[in-house]
Amino acid sequence: MRKFVLRYLIPRIIQYLTLIFVGITLTYIIPRLAPTNPVEAQVSMMIARGSSLDPDAIEAMRAALTELYGLSGSPVEQYFAFWSRLFRGDLGPSLGNFPTPVSEMIGQALPYTLRLLIPALIISWIFGNFFGALSSYYPENKALNVVEVLGQVVRSIPYYIVAIVLLVVFSYFIPIFPFSGAYPIGTRPDWSSLDFILTYLEHSVLPAATLILVGFGGWFVGMKSLTSNIISEDYVVYAEIVGLKKRNILVQYIMRTAMLPQLTALAMSLGTVFSGALIMEVVFGYPGVGSLAIRAVYSNDYSMIMGITIYSIIGVATAVFLIDLLYPLFDPRVRYQ
Amino acid sequence: MTLLSVRNLRAYYQTEAYGISRTVQAVDGISFDLFPNEIYGVAGESSCGKTTLIKVISGNIKHPLKVLEGSVIYNFNGYQVDMLQISEDELRRNVRWKQISYVMQGSMSVLNPVRKVIKTFEDIVRTHEGITDKKKFLEQTRAHINRLGLPTDVLNAYPHQLSGGMRQRVAIALATVFQPALIIADEPTTALDVVVQRGVLHMIKDIQAMSKNTVLLVTHDMAVHANVTDRMMIMYAGRIAEEAPTESIFNAPLHPYTQHLINSLPMIGEKTTRTSLGGSPPNLANPPGGCRFHPRCPHVMDECRTVVPDLVTVKERHRVACHLFKEDSV
Amino acid sequence: MIFLSYDSPYDPSKSFVVPWDLPPSWEHPFGTTSRGQDLFWWLTFAVRNSLYVGVVTAIISRVISILVGLTAGYRGGWIDRVLMAISDTFVVLPLLPILILLSFLLRESMNLLNLAIILGLFGWSFDARLIRSQVLSLRERSFTRTAVYSGTNSFWITIHEHLPFVLPIVFATTLNNLLWSMGMEVTLSVLGLSDLSTPTLGTALFWANQHGALVAGVWWWITAPALVTAVLFLGLYLLFTSINEYIDPRTRLRLIGG
Repeated sequence: MRKFVLRYLIPRIIQYLTLIFVGITLTYIIPRLAPTNPVEAQVSMMIARGSSLDPDAIEAMRAALTELYGLSGSPVEQYFAFWSRLFRGDLGPSLGNFPTPVSEMIGQALPYTLRLLIPALIISWIFGNFFGALSSYYPENKALNVVEVLGQVVRSIPYYIVAIVLLVVFSYFIPIFPFSGAYPIGTRPDWSSLDFILTYLEHSVLPAATLILVGFGGWFVGMKSLTSNIISEDYVVYAEIVGLKKRNILVQYIMRTAMLPQLTALAMSLGTVFSGALIMEVVFGYPGVGSLAIRAVYSNDYSMIMGITIYSIIGVATAVFLIDLLYPLFDPRVRYQ
Repeated sequence: MTLLSVRNLRAYYQTEAYGISRTVQAVDGISFDLFPNEIYGVAGESSCGKTTLIKVISGNIKHPLKVLEGSVIYNFNGYQVDMLQISEDELRRNVRWKQISYVMQGSMSVLNPVRKVIKTFEDIVRTHEGITDKKKFLEQTRAHINRLGLPTDVLNAYPHQLSGGMRQRVAIALATVFQPALIIADEPTTALDVVVQRGVLHMIKDIQAMSKNTVLLVTHDMAVHANVTDRMMIMYAGRIAEEAPTESIFNAPLHPYTQHLINSLPMIGEKTTRTSLGGSPPNLANPPGGCRFHPRCPHVMDECRTVVPDLVTVKERHRVACHLFKEDSV
Repeated sequence: MIFLSYDSPYDPSKSFVVPWDLPPSWEHPFGTTSRGQDLFWWLTFAVRNSLYVGVVTAIISRVISILVGLTAGYRGGWIDRVLMAISDTFVVLPLLPILILLSFLLRESMNLLNLAIILGLFGWSFDARLIRSQVLSLRERSFTRTAVYSGTNSFWITIHEHLPFVLPIVFATTLNNLLWSMGMEVTLSVLGLSDLSTPTLGTALFWANQHGALVAGVWWWITAPALVTAVLFLGLYLLFTSINEYIDPRTRLRLIGG
């Protein structure tokens, strides 16, 4: 047990902290490398766009910006101030929706993203791995070969394009699914009404399908190449010589072991998948973090972009850490060293 | 009565990739018999076709391996099996593990790394006999393990927690759950250190003495053959060079290749250096004509370069394939 | 299509040179846009520019990943641990928000080259990891030991003995990286975060979105770039897998059964 803590747990915790540290430090450094003075640029942009803010509000905004960019004091002080604000969960006010706090707006959008992302991720991981292993174990099966070609195609194309293709096909040419949003414009989210939940689900079909399709392709291809290696491992050859049933071999000998590197791969790919989800939201106008981000870009809402970046880093790092913590449950080689 | 008779077996690897086809003549015209209650050895340098021979007789013929010619017939107490004709299903249901079990080369890694050892026993027993009473199964397995001198703890361990020798013993225990008629052991001691080797070999010998079945022991290590086997064959480049009781092989080797193998064994108290044979075993994708040993043979004659020597019986139970020997000439 | 771009009858930076909103026809194979541009010829420039971003990114990230991979793999010890901790971080980090932040701040001075440089600086981590693991396995081989014992200096060993083994991996990852960076370009452009006056696959989609192409019924404006992108990516991907299969001696051996 001590060995486990020393060799497995502590390195993971260190990695978790490094991840957050490097990520946050990057978001701290990047604005400082920008050639223009961000505060004045922001303020003048706001004024130029003819915001009907009174001088007091502009002053407040300037102060907020200086505070937000952490431009008071020496660089070291600024850096510490930056961290201490983070620990308080204070990401400053949104500049596009002044003065609503950034964290509040992200808090509203995040559930939409997660409700879509998490089930899609789990579904695509399970099915992609399952069919990938199947197709590697039964290389002659025609249906599986077709699935493989589809997987290869979808996997190679960027998320954005897959989303557009689905959108064009299923809401423009064959209009079975709604164009955009998570619910019709003008409806208020009402989680107690069945009708609302149904339209919500209907609106989520295409976004979810995009995520699942792309994820499925990736896991399928990955699992297939993993499995084709595992099939020639001694213990699988042995199980075949022993005369075990094919299904038994596939599930207990092949999938069981191939699942482990795929679990690690899941952790490694979370960042990418999350990025993909943001893009997909933009295409479908889905009111999650991705749409929030693009609105922030259009309205020059610097603090919002900053906040989303920081949230994403912490969120992804935590998810990776959780998977790392769960991993030993599945792999006895890590559990008993 | 024979347990297994192999006649004129030819098994090649045939592959084609990027327009280049390649044929490896791994087993080229082999005939031999196995009898009940004996330990039969197969010796020869690496890549001389030993493993391929086992693959064919244990019914694991998979692309790119292909049997071109010959027969492999078993007789398990009256239950006749033609290994080259039997359906995959019948093979799995009636023959595998019940009649023929296998201790694989590199047995160290035959155990599923993410499951406890007992699970592998469970899979095997469930597949071949079914488990109705879990408790009884556990008792029987424990008894089996103890009979072979293994501690009960190994059943609840994961493979990586066991030493190499222990894993090898577990593999042997797995091979003997049903008291099969034939146990094939492919290089069972190769990766082990000498002390552990001894233990594993003893275990194989004890099991054979106990259940009176047949063990086919394949290894390149002549010392193992000398200690364990009753009869043995020497393979060279996909063919049998010599076959005889182990005692005759070691006391009166006939084939120049056998003589070379035995002469290269170190002996206690000896001080001279060993002369080694020039050259290396031929590439089986393009073997030399005539006797495949002729490029390395110290007694090479003209005839050896063109004519393939027959495997002739020179004494009782002693066969050799060499132009130096004709039927009953010794 | 790249070569065709040099022969384009229209200047891509000008708009309203042809009648707008024409559906695909013989004269305008992919139709024309609401901004009065011929979509087919415009896309020839887009493909060229997108590939340019991909190639520059690939070169920059290759240099970094080879340096990091070889150093980490060869030096080992704490240097290895630090470098790998950093590259792991880059693998896991959600790059998109960071890239959005970065491009947002650099929006004024954003052009194709800068975009490619930024992507190159972020796209090296996974490949560095692959190269490192290859070097690690090489380091244990006997020829490295022989070289070390015979007193050859470590730099020489790295360059002469290891690079030849690492190059196939580098090549395989290059195409993968190319796909990644072109995908990122599309993504950032669609968000309006790159130089929007330069035709790329991403900006094509951006303008189509800006003009509400689908709502307005100009479906070809969005479909054509999407299809071109899909075909381009698929082609590159298939090229990548087949080259990979050929380069990797293990798959080749498996095929010949050697």
